[in-house]
Amino acid sequence: MSHWPLLSIVTFLPILGVALILILRGDEAATARNARWIALWTSLVTMLVSFVLWADFDTRSFDFQFVEQAVWLPGLKIAYHLGVDGISLFFVLLSTVLTPICVVASWTAITKRVKEYMIAFLVLETMMVGMFCALDFVIFYMFFEGVLIPMFLIIGVWGGARRVYAAFKFFLYTLLGSVLMLLAILAIYVNDGTTDIVTALNHNFAPALQTWLWLAFFASFAVKVPMWPVHTWLPDAHVEAPTAGSVILAGVLLKMGGYGFIRFSLPMLPDASAMFAPLVYTLSVVAIIYTSLVALAQEDMKKLIAYSSVAHMGFVTIGIFTGTPEGMQGAMFQMLSHGIVSAALFLCVGVIYDRLHTREIARYGGLVHNMPKYALAFMVFMLASVGLPGTSGFIGEFLALVGAFKINTWVAFLATTGMILSAIYMLYLYRRLIFGVITRDDVRSMLDLNWREVVVFAPMIAVVLWMGIYPSSFLHPMQPAIAHIVQHLEAARQTPHAPALAQR
Amino acid sequence: MADLALPAVFLPLLGAIIAGLFGRAIGDRASQIVTCGCLGLAAVCGVVVFNDIAVWHHTATVPVFTWIDAGQLKLAWALKLDTLSAVMLAMVTVVSFVIHVYSVGYMAEDPSIPRFMAYLSLFTFFMLMLVTASNFVQMFFGWEGVGLASYLLIGFWYDRPSANAAAIKAFVVNRIGDFGFALGIFAVYYLFGTLDFAPVFGAAPAMAGKTFVFLGMHADALTVACILLFIGAMGKSAQIGLHTWLPDAMEGPTPVSALIHAATMVTAGVFMVCRLSPMFEYAPIALGFVVVIGGTTCVFAASVGIAQNDIKKVIAYSTCSQLGYMFFAAGVSAYQASMFHLITHAFFKALLFLSAGSVIHAMSGEQDMRKMGGLWKLIPITYVVMWIGSLALAGIPPFAGYFSKDMILEATYASGTEVGQYAFVLGCFAAFLTAFYSWRLLFLTFHGHSRADHDTLHHVHESPNVMLIPLYILAAGALVMGGLGYHWFVGEGAKEFWGNAIVVLPSHPGIAGAETVPGWVSALPLVAGLAGIATAWYAYIRQTGVPAAAARAFEPLYLFLLNKWYFDEIYNFIFVRPAFWLARVLWRRGDGMVIDGFGPDGISEVTGDLSVRASRLQSGYVFQYAFAMVIGVAIFVSWFLFWRSA
Repeated sequence: MSHWPLLSIVTFLPILGVALILILRGDEAATARNARWIALWTSLVTMLVSFVLWADFDTRSFDFQFVEQAVWLPGLKIAYHLGVDGISLFFVLLSTVLTPICVVASWTAITKRVKEYMIAFLVLETMMVGMFCALDFVIFYMFFEGVLIPMFLIIGVWGGARRVYAAFKFFLYTLLGSVLMLLAILAIYVNDGTTDIVTALNHNFAPALQTWLWLAFFASFAVKVPMWPVHTWLPDAHVEAPTAGSVILAGVLLKMGGYGFIRFSLPMLPDASAMFAPLVYTLSVVAIIYTSLVALAQEDMKKLIAYSSVAHMGFVTIGIFTGTPEGMQGAMFQMLSHGIVSAALFLCVGVIYDRLHTREIARYGGLVHNMPKYALAFMVFMLASVGLPGTSGFIGEFLALVGAFKINTWVAFLATTGMILSAIYMLYLYRRLIFGVITRDDVRSMLDLNWREVVVFAPMIAVVLWMGIYPSSFLHPMQPAIAHIVQHLEAARQTPHAPALAQR
Repeated sequence: MADLALPAVFLPLLGAIIAGLFGRAIGDRASQIVTCGCLGLAAVCGVVVFNDIAVWHHTATVPVFTWIDAGQLKLAWALKLDTLSAVMLAMVTVVSFVIHVYSVGYMAEDPSIPRFMAYLSLFTFFMLMLVTASNFVQMFFGWEGVGLASYLLIGFWYDRPSANAAAIKAFVVNRIGDFGFALGIFAVYYLFGTLDFAPVFGAAPAMAGKTFVFLGMHADALTVACILLFIGAMGKSAQIGLHTWLPDAMEGPTPVSALIHAATMVTAGVFMVCRLSPMFEYAPIALGFVVVIGGTTCVFAASVGIAQNDIKKVIAYSTCSQLGYMFFAAGVSAYQASMFHLITHAFFKALLFLSAGSVIHAMSGEQDMRKMGGLWKLIPITYVVMWIGSLALAGIPPFAGYFSKDMILEATYASGTEVGQYAFVLGCFAAFLTAFYSWRLLFLTFHGHSRADHDTLHHVHESPNVMLIPLYILAAGALVMGGLGYHWFVGEGAKEFWGNAIVVLPSHPGIAGAETVPGWVSALPLVAGLAGIATAWYAYIRQTGVPAAAARAFEPLYLFLLNKWYFDEIYNFIFVRPAFWLARVLWRRGDGMVIDGFGPDGISEVTGDLSVRASRLQSGYVFQYAFAMVIGVAIFVSWFLFWRSA
């Protein structure tokens, strides 16, 4: 298999599905049905191909693998350059695993413009995978921005009542950051003479330039994560997005920020990263405590989970900027775990939203009586979100905090309060939705999970437990790449032009 | 033989999975058989392993597989088998098995039997993982896992709002303790570079006296780590300040109270301190802290216990108080005595809870002792076993509690430290209170005239055998466990029995000091206990008007005790309500007004304004456009001339 351009296949296979959907003809019902099936099969095949990546991945190497390089714009030294290392591999997998789940989750929920909807998701998959594979800034930027377009449409077309407001808020926030990143990429191009990412990663930028580049990248990634205080687009976007849109938003799009930090900010700009680490810690700790409290006050279940996402991503940003192997692996793991768990929680919300068409927590209650399977699935994901040991949520949070404690005990102390707060708002949510007696007839008539929903949740539960009980499958492949970055940081720390670090 | 620990630990998990996932399919009876069968086998394995290790000293670590491998942090799932874990392994499996069987009878009328049995088995699995952990994180896994099982079982009757509230409270208060535990683990990793018990314990002596920066302060490394870990123990073992969840946890079915909130889970904190004795021994300030918390809790909880009217709440506070004894024993380095009391307590307190369950069962669910009375003729077996449990609890020879409690108080007296004396005085006073509330319970429930209504009284019946046989087993334990175990746990055989599982520095007298105390010290707890019984007899049998008169005479004190020192009210006032208030403020004001107001909404509003004004400029009059153009050109040209040429 090694001679096949696997990454290009994974990236562009969904486009093939798009082409197939586009040539569909016939009456509306048949087209919709065929579009669903094509989208499902395409995304499933893509997923299987991406598993080959995982199986063939050399876990001892920190280097980029499955590299593909082709001259594109030779005069400008811009190339088509793809490759994955232990860091990006799992984000590719996350994208390819969540897309078929989204397709299945939208099976009956989406009834209008099904064809366009499925096209949007397949294009989105291409953009996400391409972004994580890209090793050239121009390609990276194209995919990075490209992701916005289908997502903008998914929220704006298939969203809820205030979808236009949410879509614009989402678009403006994220675009504002991206523009600054584009400037940074231009600066790197001027400085390096090439837009190749691998070259840039090995380039030593002058400290003054590092500061500006770091801030420009930060503006873009912080919005994506999202970090406090640029998080307010997230609750609105989630609330208005259709269920599958929320799944991708929480599952993959939020990870683009964390991926950016760990791929670019830290290894490329080590001095500036060390200098700004206290800023990141502060914002992350505020995010954890502030948004956890805000989550407590929510009456809309999607908003509650959206705010909890911000808090959970706070652990990620702390972990990354500790620059310790434990912290960074924890952050990576937390992103993967959150990708599965928050996606699953949004699916859980979707299940009951599809039945009752309201997101108001108070309208439910006592669901355990008529939906025991649902109660069990929700319980597992809730516990993973709370970070119970044995679930995926624990490993990431724990490692990130272990790393944080090494660097700064105050950060670890304050961030660990998130452990208490997350338990409060999640258990409180669970109690209001699931426990108690049923008082309303429409709630009483709700049916338990159907087989299609079971098919979605069962593998996700399995993954959550697998990640919690045997996390080595995930920690091991990423170890060399993380160790490489840590070495790089250590080396930068030794060089004389790092005044900020010398003081510590 | 050590491999038998694997089935001992994992059979309960198997039972839980079968009953939990397929309980509906296989039915109630099959679920009961599967879970009780798995637990029975596990108990056999547990006892065999105990025999192998405690008697033949075949200590071992049974690896399962790798867990976490990140940076320098390498952790494995493994079962550490030494005397300490073997004692717990045997006790937990046996008591859990007995309570599984009891539950078959107690929960016979319940509509969700498979779920209940599954939860009980799941709990047992987590508890066994906790006690056999070979590293801090696996212990934390078991620790949070039992917390989860406790949450599920307290909220078992999920239709009741009070049960749901109690379940959340239990989980959250435990999480506050776990917050300390987690930070303690981080500190240990920071200091030792590993989280496996063996290397940490090996390096602990060298760490003594070293300092590190914690929250901006230069602090003694081991003291900080131990106190943080102990905060976890305080949450799990319901010590003062973090105890508020335990009385509320009585919302769960009574077998749960017996298994989790008396015999096993709540003693996990005590187990943890004993397990970490190689660290605590080098952190004298942390040990002192443990003694003060333990001593204070034992008298605080006992004082609240004398004013409660709910039969289960009295026993709950009693548990809290007895855990205080165990802690101050550990704090004066008498870990062996602490573990001894843990084991004897597991039997007699489980017995008391199950007997109380039998009473409640007989009274058709009534738990208020003011509505009982005169029951002894109707349920004589329950009455007798309750006496046995109470005698053991009050420390009357030759019952189990006498040996362990006496040992604790003697060792505490012999420790010679100020905090030790503090704990000794409070411990003796608490012994008086313990006997008093135990006999108050007995007299109110079983003696005097019945205060129940006719209908309830008509239905009073002795429990079926499936509930009585577990009571006999536990009663036998409460009778003989003290005498049997004394030699091994704290007597001459202790050194050989414990092996390397417990470390005590030569400078700490620990249990060895108990032999040298004056005679009055040994006698005092017994005297206090007898005095408590006599007082209870006087107040509730002889002069029944005394309690009411005393409550009137000392009304503030009575209300203070009745309301549990107002802990719930105070916490509600300073934590719960402000948190919800802050949550709303941050959301509406912080996110809504400040961030969105100045951020996206504000900007779009300003942009909107500007565009409206801009559109006004498009008046359609050519001369206005021309005018604007001329001005623009003028500004541009002048800027170019002045600044560029300069």
